[in-house]
Amino acid sequence: MPAIDLSTTPLRALNQSLHALAEGSSETEWEVLNPDGRHAVAVGIDAPVSVDIRGPVGYYCGGMNKQATVTVHGSAGPGVAENMMSGKVVIKGDVSQYAGATGRGGMLVVEGNAASRCGISMKGIDIVVKGSIGHMSAFMAQTGNLVVLGDAGDALGDSIYEARLFVRGNVQSLGADCVQKEMRDEHLELLEDLLQRSGITGVKPSEFRRYGSARKLYNFNIDNADAY
Amino acid sequence: MSYHNPPTTPRKSATFDDYTLSEIRRAATTGIYDIRGAGAKRKLPHFDDLLFLGASMSRYPLEGYREKCSTEVVLGTRFAKKPIHLKIPITIAGMSFGALSGNAKEALGRGANIAGTSTTTGDGGMTPEERGHSKTLVYQYLPSRYGMNPDDLRKADAIEIVVGQGAKPGGGGMLLGQKISDRVAEMRTLPKGIDQRSACRHPDWTGPDDLEIKILELREITDWEKPIYIKVGGARPYYDVALAVKAGADVVVVDGMQGGTAATQEVFIEHVGQPTLACIRPAVQALQDLGMHRKVQLIVSGGIRNGADVAKALALGADAVAIGSAALVALGDNDPALESEYQALGTTAGAYDDWHEGRDPAGITTQDPKLATRLDAELAGRRLANYLKVMTLEAQTIARACGHNHVHNLEPEDLCALTIEAAAMARVPLAGTNWIPGQGF
Repeated sequence: MPAIDLSTTPLRALNQSLHALAEGSSETEWEVLNPDGRHAVAVGIDAPVSVDIRGPVGYYCGGMNKQATVTVHGSAGPGVAENMMSGKVVIKGDVSQYAGATGRGGMLVVEGNAASRCGISMKGIDIVVKGSIGHMSAFMAQTGNLVVLGDAGDALGDSIYEARLFVRGNVQSLGADCVQKEMRDEHLELLEDLLQRSGITGVKPSEFRRYGSARKLYNFNIDNADAY
Repeated sequence: MSYHNPPTTPRKSATFDDYTLSEIRRAATTGIYDIRGAGAKRKLPHFDDLLFLGASMSRYPLEGYREKCSTEVVLGTRFAKKPIHLKIPITIAGMSFGALSGNAKEALGRGANIAGTSTTTGDGGMTPEERGHSKTLVYQYLPSRYGMNPDDLRKADAIEIVVGQGAKPGGGGMLLGQKISDRVAEMRTLPKGIDQRSACRHPDWTGPDDLEIKILELREITDWEKPIYIKVGGARPYYDVALAVKAGADVVVVDGMQGGTAATQEVFIEHVGQPTLACIRPAVQALQDLGMHRKVQLIVSGGIRNGADVAKALALGADAVAIGSAALVALGDNDPALESEYQALGTTAGAYDDWHEGRDPAGITTQDPKLATRLDAELAGRRLANYLKVMTLEAQTIARACGHNHVHNLEPEDLCALTIEAAAMARVPLAGTNWIPGQGF
């Protein structure tokens, strides 16, 4: 198992080693030591490897990830797993703003809480937060699923498109064009699958409420101007 | 002798002119602000207000057909492992597939290839046609992040982080439902036929300190190979350029208010931002104050039309210019040959700017397959190449006349201004005087 110590190895060397992994490489398990809040750790990977980061990271950890499983044994700064394409990013601690921003695929699991704008502009990613999320989360969320076991802050799902939001706790307020929706069987099945894939047990899909777009702002109408 | 009341000539208000009156009526009827494409149409201080002095006794010129005047430009020498080498200092500005047809994007790539310059993607991602037909392609990194993915990022020759654009500094975009075809919808991960709003701010960074970290991430993802541009609208060019340099840009693009857009509010286009002419010297000053002029390259855009404009922008300190609207005209946009069709749309050739509606008779700003096939990408690409070559020849002609063997050797001392406003903005003397307004107090 390659272990990279960022207190002695430059960040660039770590990322370039991860990018250089050839198809079928036997170096499938990586460990990163002493991240000490560094930014852009393990970004742009495109290989089915696992990377365990021992400690807290700064901005954009796991950014644009493809295939890899990146686990942060600590907390993460803003933009964790931003624009993720596939694979999985797991944060054992809390995360800052914009978690999973614009993510297009894969799964982001936050075992702690997420700050504001979690899932902003998400485009297909699945995000599961065991704790609570901050204000303006899922702003302009296009598609994908956001699951929150705790509470959601102000203006959840403002200007949302077709993403599905599932919240188990309280929602402080809903944003423009975001409404509570009926939880049908297909949604319960989807939620069951998301919970299972994120390793969550002891929680039933029926405990959640579903939110999504009212689709009233999809085409401009001057009489809706107050909503914009 | 009979007396009568002599009639006075009917007098229209200068304040409430015909256009203003029609806009009041339009707003009252429709209840929505006017959305259109293109850049500011109002009269602004511009490059026409500057003149080159030429060589005479105090300087000697270069022979037009014998002595070399180089035009090549290298962009991205600050940090990138693979800077871009262009044959001419004129690039093609960012325009999206979505706003433009696939054929139009292909034509831009073909024309740029022949002329030896770069094209740029837009809000909506990179199409395979565009990558295939553009030898040098700049990939825009926009607030919407439509279609953004690491594979295209790596396929690009440079990355342009769009903070703003001259037509709407501080504004986002709007692509109306009629242009959201199946393919556009798929590329943007949105339902077909809805009005697509592009955000005005990036979703995962705020301010120059964050941007510095975002640039670090993009460099790490692309192994520090690609030049990274930052594009700003002409708002506060001195501070915006200084902060772009601080954030780690290899290249800064400053787009004045004449720079076009695919669609935004008329009120935004005409009333927000500064003219291109007013942006260049503050931008150059910022680079000079930081000791980064010519180390971080400056691209200027917004209303560049001919080789004289190119030469003037370079003389004021730019390393290159970018064209958008002019490139579309070279492809065939607003051609008087289509006048009857423009009339049918309630406009006239030269004034057509409802690019967001997707009904462009020239087949350029449309997603309608029938209209799009009207544009012959090969022929239109050739036209663009011709136009780029003419502009380059014109800029060389002026540079030689001023005694320079590279267009980058043009300097403010080669210029004078025809108006006090232009003299103050360009920081060159008013013609016939040694007076630069705003200086020498």
